[in-house]
Amino acid sequence: MTFGDFARTPLQKLAMMLAAFSMIAAPALATAQDAVVEEAVVETATAPATEAAPADEAAVAAEAPAFEHFGADMIKGQPEAGGIDFQPQFTADGQFAHDMHNYLLMPIITVISLFVLGLLLWVIVRYRRSANPVPSKTSHNTLIEVIWTVVPVIILVVIAVPSITLLARQYETPPEDAITIKANGYQWYWGYEYTDNGGFEVISNMLTAEEALDTREPFQLAVDNRMVVPVGVPLRIQTYGADVIHSFAIPSLWFKLDAVPGRINERMLLIEEEGIYYGQCMELCGSRHGYMPIAIEARSMEDYNAWVQAQGGQTREQIAAEAAAAAAPAPAAEEAPVVTGAEAAVPAAE
Amino acid sequence: MATTAEAFEAHHDDHAHSHADHKPGFFARWFMSTNHKDIGTLYLIFAIIAGIIGGAISGFMRWELAEPGLQIMGQLVNAMGGDGSSFDQQGHMWNVLITAHGLIMVFFMVMPAMIGGFGNWFVPLMIGAPDMAFPRMNNISFWLTVAGFISLLFSMFVPGGPGGVLGAGTGWTVYAPLSTSGSEGPAVDFAIFSLHLAGAGSILGATNFITTIFNMRAPGMTLHKMPLFVWSVLVTAFLLLLALPVLAAAITMLLTDRNFGTTFFDPAGGGDPVLYQHLFWFFGHPEVYIMILPGFGMISQIIATFSRKPVFGYLGMAYAMVAIGVVGFIVWAHHMYTVGLSVNVKMYFTAATMVIAVPTGIKIFSWIATMWGGSITFKSPMVWAMGFIFLFTVGGVTGVVLANGGIDDNLHDSYYVVAHFHYVLSMGAVFSIFAGFYYWFPKMSGRWHSEMLSHLHFWVFFIGVNVIFFPMHFLGVQGMARRYPDFNEAFAYWNEIASYGYLIMAASMVIFFVNIGYALVAGRRAEGNYWGEGATTLEWSLSSPPPFHQFETLPVIEDHHDANDHISAKPATA
Repeated sequence: MTFGDFARTPLQKLAMMLAAFSMIAAPALATAQDAVVEEAVVETATAPATEAAPADEAAVAAEAPAFEHFGADMIKGQPEAGGIDFQPQFTADGQFAHDMHNYLLMPIITVISLFVLGLLLWVIVRYRRSANPVPSKTSHNTLIEVIWTVVPVIILVVIAVPSITLLARQYETPPEDAITIKANGYQWYWGYEYTDNGGFEVISNMLTAEEALDTREPFQLAVDNRMVVPVGVPLRIQTYGADVIHSFAIPSLWFKLDAVPGRINERMLLIEEEGIYYGQCMELCGSRHGYMPIAIEARSMEDYNAWVQAQGGQTREQIAAEAAAAAAPAPAAEEAPVVTGAEAAVPAAE
Repeated sequence: MATTAEAFEAHHDDHAHSHADHKPGFFARWFMSTNHKDIGTLYLIFAIIAGIIGGAISGFMRWELAEPGLQIMGQLVNAMGGDGSSFDQQGHMWNVLITAHGLIMVFFMVMPAMIGGFGNWFVPLMIGAPDMAFPRMNNISFWLTVAGFISLLFSMFVPGGPGGVLGAGTGWTVYAPLSTSGSEGPAVDFAIFSLHLAGAGSILGATNFITTIFNMRAPGMTLHKMPLFVWSVLVTAFLLLLALPVLAAAITMLLTDRNFGTTFFDPAGGGDPVLYQHLFWFFGHPEVYIMILPGFGMISQIIATFSRKPVFGYLGMAYAMVAIGVVGFIVWAHHMYTVGLSVNVKMYFTAATMVIAVPTGIKIFSWIATMWGGSITFKSPMVWAMGFIFLFTVGGVTGVVLANGGIDDNLHDSYYVVAHFHYVLSMGAVFSIFAGFYYWFPKMSGRWHSEMLSHLHFWVFFIGVNVIFFPMHFLGVQGMARRYPDFNEAFAYWNEIASYGYLIMAASMVIFFVNIGYALVAGRRAEGNYWGEGATTLEWSLSSPPPFHQFETLPVIEDHHDANDHISAKPATA
């Protein structure tokens, strides 16, 4: 396409743009339409998982035990219609931060705003011209200037102490045996790489509106393959951007970490309850930025291991056993396998 | 009032009559202008036009967000000559709108109105100078800004997205690599070039203001006697001078990454995308103070005028602005809390960011103390100024929430941030612009606007913007992300309300334009000092509108004046 072509055709469309500009008032039309029908969900049965044989508890052997994903009843982290508070929090740091916001920051900023509003209303009433015809000439008062400098400083210190504490908690180094899961941001989907379980990658795409209706999950949050993680144990979440910057964000876990090309970001995450937690990409990444949701499914360790095997990965026990087996026939190498041995010892102790 | 315009005109009637009011012909006057008042007028007209375009774009955005699903992006893509059925092109269209809205409002509405418009008009008048130090450079600054705006508008009509769809969809921050490897076609290049032009114009303008304020103050007007609006423009000019070259460097690196194979921001060649963010926000954070500081200055003048009192704590007010300007340069990474900063860096930026609340608080309380004990009349500028104080406080305290790096982990890039910066800009900066506009419109035009319509404009606008932006706090804490054309149904409730708020706000703008039209066509003539005894700065000693050239004989500021806004001026005796 030559320069002239792309300059000309759109310019002809300028007239249409101007006409469109004159229709600014039209959001009324759009909002007048009914919201998407919600009741439709009710009847749709969700192929609810015919009772599969309960996982045989003992054998975590080569044969992968059955695994079923949680249904919509286990959704814990999702936005609430018309909500005005944060989503409920399912990490210790999230609860700390949520409390800090609701019981420290909110009262302070509400009181400050109302205080300023009250002062404004007072001067409006008391110092309007009819009430106070002769203005004072006061333009200095050292004491009050010191007060309104020092008091805000004290308030800020009161905020800063828990704030710094929260930061320190969020940046605790994950323990060595934390399970590493790498979230790769792509245009426009997520891939979850299980580096500690054989390195397989699960590709996660958004469900269509119909599919989300089928599974009774919220549209634009539901995905085909969730990021399954073990509950109650520290996770080492790494993020990486494969093309442009994305951001791995789950509001109900108080977790947000950008996925940047050329660097791996890492933070610890410890989810306290089993359930499904939804999130979305929160850094502008192109056309379908709004359509690459995140769904985390937190499961017990047994379920997690079963899922890992169903994906063709290996549990830590299996990896440790293999490493031990590989080390066994070569007793000559006494020093070298020590590392593997030590690693194997940790999960073996469970 | 012994110092009104009559005294002045009488004084140089003998030799300067033809000189002071000799105006060049239309083309020479408006297209080759070297007169600070005419250039200020051009800037204001330009800002209004840009504001209409940027505001119309936000209308499309609120229309799109009025309910879940994609509403109008398909039609817009079709109107732009693309394939409206393409999902990618619809998403890109949205990104083009948010990019254009942000860039237009920041660079081509707020900045030209405050610095170019009111700064050009009133800095020379307030310091008793005949004009700006470099009148021709002043003209270049304006036309560079216009050229930048045209380049930005042009970028919306050249390919920049998937399948050759038009426009730059990078967000106003133009983050790499979305803006480099992530955007094909010349649209992003034109958007970058637009910033280069506007930035060059602003740097020249800043140089001009600094030179003018330092060298062209009337005899007796020391720095500590300058009106606070002049102080605010001086601090703003320094911020521009120090911040914009960094932006210019950053976006030049973007251009070379895009076109000449460099890899400043490409990890494949040893670069780092986060470097761009550091450079951008080293400019970007001072930029937000650039947008609000002149507003602070205007609010100070207005509050003092209508309280009939000198500004409380003049020196504290002036140096609070200096402090905000200085601290504004060392807090930039609070825009980047989630990019993977180390914990120590986040702790530092959390603490440094909260420090800004202190000088800002000093200003808020000093404004209230100025009114305290005053004899207040509620003319339209005062009403807008009081609205500013309250709404800026609301926007400011959510800034304290966002300053906490740990809290920001949940709020970063959510609608809470959108609510915050619209409270300080769309309400803070814009309320101060309207306050300044009604304060000085009769001075600039010589005609009275309707006070009744101005008050009506205020109340409808006040309700409208609060209905738009307050619910966005709720959307943000619930986890709704910025820059989404579409959302889950759970977010529908507050989004619908926000879209109705836009209609209210749009109605108030109709009142505004009717008011201007009324004033220009049928407005009463305004006298020199139409606000009366509270208005004490030098522009009130001149006629309305002021003569084409003023202060050919410099006014002298009396010595006994008391280090606040109360400046009594007398023309020098020949």
